[in-house]
Amino acid sequence: MKILVCISNVPDTTSKINFKDNNTAFDTAGVQFVINPNDEFGLTRAMWFKEKQGASVAVVTVGDASAEPTLRKALAIGADEAYRIDAKATDGFFVAQELAALVKEIGFDLVIAGRESIDYNGGMVPGFLASTLDFQYVTNCISLEIEGNNATATREIDGGKETLDTQLPLVIGGQKGLVEESDLRIPNMRGIMMARQKPLHVRPATTSESQTKEISFSKPEAKGAVTMIDPANIDQLISLLHNEAKVL
Amino acid sequence: MSVLIYTETEKGVFKKNAFEVASYGAALAEQLGTDCVAVAINPPDASQLQSYGVGKILVIKEAKLDTFNAKGYATAIAQAAKEASAQVVLVSSSADSKFLSPLLAAQLGASFAPNVVALPESTTPFIVKRTAFSNKGFAHTELTGSVKMIGVANNSFGLHEKETTSSVTTFTPSLEDHLFTTKTTAVDKVSGKATIADADVVVSGGRGLKGPENWGLIEDLANVLGAATACSKPVSDLGWRPHGEHVGQTGKPVATNLYIAIGISGAIQHLAGVSASKVKVVINTDPEAPFFKAADYGIVGDAFEVVPELIEKLKAFKAQNV
Ligand SMILES: Cc1cc2nc3c(=O)[nH]c(=O)nc-3n(C[C@H](O)[C@H](O)[C@H](O)COP(=O)(O)OP(=O)(O)OC[C@H]3O[C@@H](n4cnc5c(N)ncnc54)[C@H](O)[C@@H]3O)c2cc1C
Repeated sequence: MKILVCISNVPDTTSKINFKDNNTAFDTAGVQFVINPNDEFGLTRAMWFKEKQGASVAVVTVGDASAEPTLRKALAIGADEAYRIDAKATDGFFVAQELAALVKEIGFDLVIAGRESIDYNGGMVPGFLASTLDFQYVTNCISLEIEGNNATATREIDGGKETLDTQLPLVIGGQKGLVEESDLRIPNMRGIMMARQKPLHVRPATTSESQTKEISFSKPEAKGAVTMIDPANIDQLISLLHNEAKVL
Repeated sequence: MSVLIYTETEKGVFKKNAFEVASYGAALAEQLGTDCVAVAINPPDASQLQSYGVGKILVIKEAKLDTFNAKGYATAIAQAAKEASAQVVLVSSSADSKFLSPLLAAQLGASFAPNVVALPESTTPFIVKRTAFSNKGFAHTELTGSVKMIGVANNSFGLHEKETTSSVTTFTPSLEDHLFTTKTTAVDKVSGKATIADADVVVSGGRGLKGPENWGLIEDLANVLGAATACSKPVSDLGWRPHGEHVGQTGKPVATNLYIAIGISGAIQHLAGVSASKVKVVINTDPEAPFFKAADYGIVGDAFEVVPELIEKLKAFKAQNV
């Protein structure tokens, strides 16, 4: 089984988000970039398929050279090779077209992306990719088993979960649950040394098409001050929620 | 030309998000000077949508769509959108709608913006405001294609009643068997319980509750309020609560009317995921807990003392105000 894990290079979850150039661009100054958390669960599940079922695992990102440390980290965790499509990820549609071109050329049976990236929260790359490739598709995926060509996936739904029977070739939108938090791997020295020798292929983009354009960015309005309530006066909380906030 | 809205049902009733999407659709159709057309799959009495300004309803009755199937649903909705010559297609932000959205956008060749929180800021060019960076910011995004698709963020636009007389037409999609290769074999869902996605109130517990044996407190409070229950990430990582209850940047987003956080410190990743909630109440022993800065109402106190009293007082309040 050949697996491709799609990696989005995103601001660390603790990052403060600021915009620059008259609020037309995200300000990366002082921001640490990491593997998108949803993708990290997918990558770790792919490692399981590699170790238990002999799968090969490649990783890919669409982005400029500044994304390479994130790809090297994925290689240090255990991926066999990496691809970087050398282009700015303008929107989800564009990214999916580039990924689809790679999948068509190299040939993969299973593509694991994250259910969404934590920067633009689009959640559309895996679905667009599955549509373009005419692969099966499951997102919000919290467990995945593969037996030959058959796959069993569980996805989170509102208020519960459901199990699906499906087939390869398949695109997954993964998240926590695919593996547990405690299964995530921190690269060790040996992994980091080996990652330096592994192939990282840089390829040009094949199209320039996108369907959306970010015009500007803004930040949420500053919140009013908190009203503190004495624990001896719970009635006041109920009265405020009822009369002032009108949520009771 | 029209605005086509996909109105979701579950077990024979419209979901609340269907009425929110309808409210948005009716207002957008008015802004564009066109009609709002709903499509509903195996719905109950579709005329309920009349109350939210929907002029025309396409009803699909199809046994193949009895259980949700992303490809099957996306294909049926895409055909309805073509039938209605839709220039804008609207969906909700439910788990099912998020699943089918990219498939639908791909079939329509539509420009798609998810998590949209308001009516378009401009219609030529077509610019919408959507959440980005896990609620730490907003992106103002232009949809450049000729067909546009919008995912309306949960509880962002609200319900706006507008009585209309609507016509109901049956629409029969053509659905080939290969669309149903991926099949749902089991659903595990507690019925009748409010979900984090559509509850008006969410009661959430953190590590401050000390252990899973204390969750009766959270559940009792949720029951009095008809609320959904949620938790911080470590609580689900420790196995105190199921993963489905984990909220925050890497869990489920929460955009409810009232969010009550008990024994949660308010880490940046937690706050990002819950900040879209309208009113936040924080109960924490530590006056320095960062969550107080993001709260509307705060109580510095021990959950094991404050919450039981809050439950009793809320019961008395509810008994008087029904
Ligand atoms: C990549 C990444 C992603 C993450 N994503 C998320 C996410 O999506 N969601 C999320 O929640 N976290 C997330 N986190 C974790 C986050 O950083 C915090 O560790 C977590 O939110 C803390 O959970 P907590 O508030 O329950 O626990 P703690 O931080 O331990 O806080 C417990 C609180 O309970 C209070 N307390 C103790 N006893 C009592 C009592 N008797 N009564 C009242 N209060 C009491 C304490 O004062 C304290 O403030 C993420 C972290 C990382 C690194």
